[in-house]
Amino acid sequence: MNAPLVDTSVSQRLGIVDCDIHPTQRSVADLFPYLSEHWREHSKSIGPHIRQGLAAMQAYPRMMAAGQRADAYPAHGGPPGSDLDLMRRQHLDPAGVETGMLVALSKGGMEERNPDYATALAHAVNDWQLHDWVRKEPRLRAGVVVPQEDPAFAAREIRERSLEPAFRQVILSPRSIEPLGRRRYWPIYEAAAECGLTLGLHPAANGANPSTGGGWPTYYMQEHYAFGTNMQSNLVSMVFEGVFERFPRLKVALIESGFTWIPAMCWRMDRHWARMRHEVPHLKRPPSEYIREHVWFATQPIEEPENAAHLPEIIDWIGWDRLLFSTDYPHWDYDDPKYCIRFRMTEQQRSQLFRDNARALYGLT
Amino acid sequence: MSKKRHVVAAVDEVPPGSRKHLNLAGREIALFNLGGEFFALGDKCPHESGSLCAGKIVGLAEADTPGHYRLSRDGEFVKCPWHGWEFDIRTGQSWCDPTRTRARAYETAVAAGETLVKGPYVADTYPVRVEENYIVIDV
Ligand code: FES
Repeated sequence: MNAPLVDTSVSQRLGIVDCDIHPTQRSVADLFPYLSEHWREHSKSIGPHIRQGLAAMQAYPRMMAAGQRADAYPAHGGPPGSDLDLMRRQHLDPAGVETGMLVALSKGGMEERNPDYATALAHAVNDWQLHDWVRKEPRLRAGVVVPQEDPAFAAREIRERSLEPAFRQVILSPRSIEPLGRRRYWPIYEAAAECGLTLGLHPAANGANPSTGGGWPTYYMQEHYAFGTNMQSNLVSMVFEGVFERFPRLKVALIESGFTWIPAMCWRMDRHWARMRHEVPHLKRPPSEYIREHVWFATQPIEEPENAAHLPEIIDWIGWDRLLFSTDYPHWDYDDPKYCIRFRMTEQQRSQLFRDNARALYGLT
Repeated sequence: MSKKRHVVAAVDEVPPGSRKHLNLAGREIALFNLGGEFFALGDKCPHESGSLCAGKIVGLAEADTPGHYRLSRDGEFVKCPWHGWEFDIRTGQSWCDPTRTRARAYETAVAAGETLVKGPYVADTYPVRVEENYIVIDV
């Protein structure tokens, strides 16, 4: 590890936008005010049916406090991320967060297999984000959670929520039934583009298919690594299937999947396009140009090369205007804005990375 | 700056296996009792500053070959509550990168209340009683 170029005051001075904060229900009962009587009863007596057996367990047990920061458990009980005051004290205040983008995982239809319960949960989680979080804490913004395998409902939910300025993006899981470029998902993209909401792709713990192209991995370390490769396949799918040709206003943020792989992937895609372009004549330009124009990347978990100076070289290829700072609070792989960036930047690059890019992308004022 | 001896706790207050968070002269320090011996590390993890005092006390999972596992040195490491780096409580060295990533280790000692009351050391604001033993750290 390199000596950190620590300037602990920077995030306070600047005010950062944190593009990945996870709120959690204390239990499903937190959603009851937003669920019909039928689905309340269903939640109590049947419960979730995510795409795996033993649904109350994590598919990949994690070495750290069930995947959480071990110091983020509220004193009076409940899981990390379920206590707004603790989030303020432990994260928003000390990290100098000006705006925090909520990504509500788990319940909410992303992983629920029962299609009707999935839509009820998605709608409830969106209400819950609005009333229990954003209305109580003006620094927070919500992401519309949708049951992505029901694109017609998802598109309606996006259009409805877009009228409420608290919602600044749409959250999708890259562990979908088909790769995300497939046309079944296009109604979601159409709605997002029309409403000016960014599409935030965030890894999910469970999915319709194995998390790697080679099948189900064994260890959580492999699973965590697969966040990146899984995102790569989905991004390649979106580019080659022509999503960005069809929806020229669509913007996508890749959250929690790394960014150092982007240049190499773009070089490969461009070379293939130059030689085999006739298979995808709907692509008018080198694939890398679609990515450069439509895709943003959140930093956490930031790669930690032996020589931290390699990172800015890679960012030069990606574009300094395309990086979004994120912490992943309260998960175990939290990046602290005061310590995690170990390379030198100009003042302008620093403001872009910590704040301005996200402000511009999400229309934050 | 010359070091000053701080009386940080009565020995009985930090039983084996437990820890205590200290703030000495502006430094945050994690004090551990490892089988009756006291060790003090800088509380902020050298990686990204998680509080080591909030970490779990663990042993080392080791294997000579895949499939043959054993736990060694149980209770001798503290695992950072954030990203889980393991630090040797005795030395502050991290298991993965012992030479470059290490928590600062502070000298600790146990002193009888009697000697502390007489000096030459000042017992700060900590109430010292002659009949007890105390953990002291020079910072
Ligand atoms: S802050 Fe301790 S392991 Fe990262």
